[in-house]
Amino acid sequence: MRTIRGGHLLTLEGVDRVQVVDVLDTAESFVEVHHRTIRKVPALTGRVVASLFFEESTRTRLSFETAAKRLSADVISLAVAASSVKKGESLRDTISTIEALGLDAVVLRHRSSGASEQVARFVPHVHVINAGDGQHQHPTQGLLDAFTVRQVLAERRGTTGRESGAELFDGLRVLIVGDVLHSRVARSDIAVYRALGANVRVVGPGTLVPRELTEWGVEVSYDLDESLEWAQVIGLLRLQSERGSGEFVPSLGEFATHYGLTSARLTTLDPRTLVMHPGPMNRGVEIDNAVADSAHSLVTRQVANGVPVRMAVLYLTVAGGDGR
Amino acid sequence: MSRYVLRGGVVVGPTEARRADVLVDEGRIISVGTDLDVGRAEELDCTGAWVGPAYVDLHSHLREPGAEAAETIHSGARAGVRGGYGALVAMPNTEPALDSVSLVRDVLERGRSSALDVAVCAAITVGRRGERLAPLGDLAALGVRLFSDDGTGVANPLVMRRALEYARPLGVRLAQHCEDASLCAGGVMNEGEWSRRLGLGGRPAIAEEIMVARDLDLLRLTGGRLHLLHLSTARAVGLALAARAEGLDVTFEVTPHHLVLDESACAAYDPIMKVHPPLRAASDVAALGELLRQGRLDAVATDHAPHAPETKDQPFDEAPAGMLGLEHAASVVHEVLGANRPLDLFRVL
Ligand SMILES: [Zn+2]
Repeated sequence: MRTIRGGHLLTLEGVDRVQVVDVLDTAESFVEVHHRTIRKVPALTGRVVASLFFEESTRTRLSFETAAKRLSADVISLAVAASSVKKGESLRDTISTIEALGLDAVVLRHRSSGASEQVARFVPHVHVINAGDGQHQHPTQGLLDAFTVRQVLAERRGTTGRESGAELFDGLRVLIVGDVLHSRVARSDIAVYRALGANVRVVGPGTLVPRELTEWGVEVSYDLDESLEWAQVIGLLRLQSERGSGEFVPSLGEFATHYGLTSARLTTLDPRTLVMHPGPMNRGVEIDNAVADSAHSLVTRQVANGVPVRMAVLYLTVAGGDGR
Repeated sequence: MSRYVLRGGVVVGPTEARRADVLVDEGRIISVGTDLDVGRAEELDCTGAWVGPAYVDLHSHLREPGAEAAETIHSGARAGVRGGYGALVAMPNTEPALDSVSLVRDVLERGRSSALDVAVCAAITVGRRGERLAPLGDLAALGVRLFSDDGTGVANPLVMRRALEYARPLGVRLAQHCEDASLCAGGVMNEGEWSRRLGLGGRPAIAEEIMVARDLDLLRLTGGRLHLLHLSTARAVGLALAARAEGLDVTFEVTPHHLVLDESACAAYDPIMKVHPPLRAASDVAALGELLRQGRLDAVATDHAPHAPETKDQPFDEAPAGMLGLEHAASVVHEVLGANRPLDLFRVL
């Protein structure tokens, strides 16, 4: 794992507890910026951050751009997915053209796994932040999920996340449900929760949760109801609808019956169990309305925490954390 | 330099290697022996070198016609010469595919003005679409000895059966790219711990082994001659060896890259490492190396498959599959063989 401070954020695989806590603590210090009258700090004044979305995701792009602006960075926003970049121009060409504008950081979303790793090789002097690459990693999602869990557990204890460090994760039982095989969120979540000391279990249909996933240091289960009893934190994954049409599961309906967090299952949950979803939700498939809108659900907090966590990531990579 | 002597090298023959000089005149070997008295001839000091027949590559993608930005017959031939080759077999997955007498004749013609001997492996089916047989008889009459839809395999077992039956009396050999396409759907690297970690679609070893097993069963039924291209798993080679022990006329090759690179080479998402069949598990790489050292591999063939550089600057899943091989195959084989083993090196190349 390369260091996040002064470096890139490409993956959470191999990240250690100290690095994660560093990001979470930094993010916590940025939370209060949101409550100021002027919601800005001068940390990245004069720095240029490009958000480059080869795959459209308005919410993630806005979250990153808001974060960059709150740090007083100049933001260049390129929705490449909708622009003229067509087949024929290589990824290297596109990146080199944009680099020529003079950049400090690139926030990159791409449908291909490994794209941010490649871009970091093409433009080694630019800090690259992976905003989701194919089925590989979505590191800031993993970090904001951990941040949100820590925030809630700390509140329950009447303390702050910063004071608790990683202690609240020791032995915490985290369940990840659904299409684990194709999920970049699952890969990042598993890495971050394991780094923090949690026990992670994955559950889903056999095609989407291969039994070999024990190699990731997680438990593998095919029994959702038993797993819900076990779990203290439940991370639902978005089922990509193209995987629901007979290729990986017989139907979305069957998936929902066996692996959806339905309103019927909601009634069996321990009241303290936390339910998370990276969005956008397929209501009625992996999550029912009643669950999404219940007291268990941290979905709104996840979205809100996206900004301070991404501020922390931009700040630590670009400014290296110096001069605070 | 019409008359020259290769002095002081180790001359490698089919059964022994010994120190000897080789006198060459007008491109012909005149004599081989120790301390030759050669008269007027240029002296080439070969001390410390092995002197043997140029290598033959069974599997080169020369990209002409259709993708001359990646390679041409002449540039591929020059790469071959640099790597020690004197002859190579041009594969038919060009654009258009080499599935007709006129196209094959054209490639052979261009090959004649290249730096080495070029033979052609022609397509088994029209357009390599795996449906109708290409004119195997006409092509055999032209001198084609090897046929393949390489790039992909002949997926339909009935088409493959008919092709084997039709080829048998012609005395020609069919060469199969062994990967079951449906099991490889969406796959860009070996299926395993690495593909799951990297979030890349997998091409499982079993996709290759199923196709090898199927084709060996078909061959048992039809008779005839079969060559298995670029086998990359220990089990696939084991199946081929067992079939031959049983009496089937099957040959096979292994590539240099499958002898030295394993799937972990894909970890940096560099599309240079993208190849079909994919770089396999370290245990397969180790097993293939052991088979090479035991003298149980029929041939090392390069599957030299160039692509224009910009196509390899794409994301891993979008980039085309294929690696270079002609210029370094011999060094790879030498390295994997390990000790001083010239006979083994010249036998597989
Ligand atoms: Zn092939």
